[in-house]
Amino acid sequence: MNNSEKLVQSFVTALNIKAEQVTDSLTYNEISEWDSTAHMILIAELEDQFDIMLDTDDIIDMSSVAEAKKIMSKYDVSF
Amino acid sequence: MTCHSNSNARTKAVLITGAAGGIGLALVSACLQHGWYVFANVRNQASWISLQSALEKQNADTNPHCQPLVYDVNEPEKVKDAFNEIRKSGKQLQGLVNNAGVMYDAALGMISLSEFTQQMTVNVTASFQHMQLAARLMTRQKSGSIVNISSVVALDGSAGQVAYSTSKASLLGMTKSAAKELANLNIRVNAVAPGFIETQLTERYTAEVRQKIIDKIEMKRSGRASEVAATIVHLLSSDSAYITGQCIRVDGMMTV
Repeated sequence: MNNSEKLVQSFVTALNIKAEQVTDSLTYNEISEWDSTAHMILIAELEDQFDIMLDTDDIIDMSSVAEAKKIMSKYDVSF
Repeated sequence: MTCHSNSNARTKAVLITGAAGGIGLALVSACLQHGWYVFANVRNQASWISLQSALEKQNADTNPHCQPLVYDVNEPEKVKDAFNEIRKSGKQLQGLVNNAGVMYDAALGMISLSEFTQQMTVNVTASFQHMQLAARLMTRQKSGSIVNISSVVALDGSAGQVAYSTSKASLLGMTKSAAKELANLNIRVNAVAPGFIETQLTERYTAEVRQKIIDKIEMKRSGRASEVAATIVHLLSSDSAYITGQCIRVDGMMTV
């Protein structure tokens, strides 16, 4: 799996949604599946997939798929 | 940070902060006996050597299952590094005990703001950060138990301990709120409120002060660290699977 596929897989697993729904424009709380509990599960998935530990500020800022990509790049993950 | 070689047999782990203190040592020992792998937070290498020596006397066979995490709970980056080490260890963090704490006895008008702040930093802020990071790890397996060590003075108040009781009462609010947030992830959060327990925190009391306190305890004796540890182990274990958001007094029925 490349990094983009890993990212999509993390969202699919954590939010229990279809891969087609994981687009850059998808935002936190936009769909019922992406609530605060799912956000914690998403963070765990991303940390496991990319073997990183996110800063709390980055977790708070991760408000969309596009934003997630930006934040992940701070941890040397490119898309 | 040392990593023992014979550490693979136990996968379920507990992190105990302030592991070298009186309750900390009793708790490490009790957790090892329960069959958990223990990450023991200590402030420095000397504390680890002291803890290790005490464990060798009590648990010679289980000592390989205890790993030191040497850091000051007041340093957020070091705390984060410790959790990263736990994450990479392959162990499943099932329990956290926020046990590290400081206590300065002083009347309201006789305590400096810096002493107040230091107690809040160690007793509250550090516990908050540990709880935040532990919950993130526990989210992976959707189970876990967090125990915050409060005090009876948080519930009853205590003249001469305004700052200390403030910090310990904060832990109770934190416990109840986090318990509500994390319940649907099957992560339980509880508190224990010890009374007068024989530890380093209380050993400086004079015989007269000690007797005055014991007179206010219905069981007419001080508590043992092992008795507090037993309650914490119960809250960490699946024996208390349906208990969350609670504070349990371990005080021999004490009136403060």
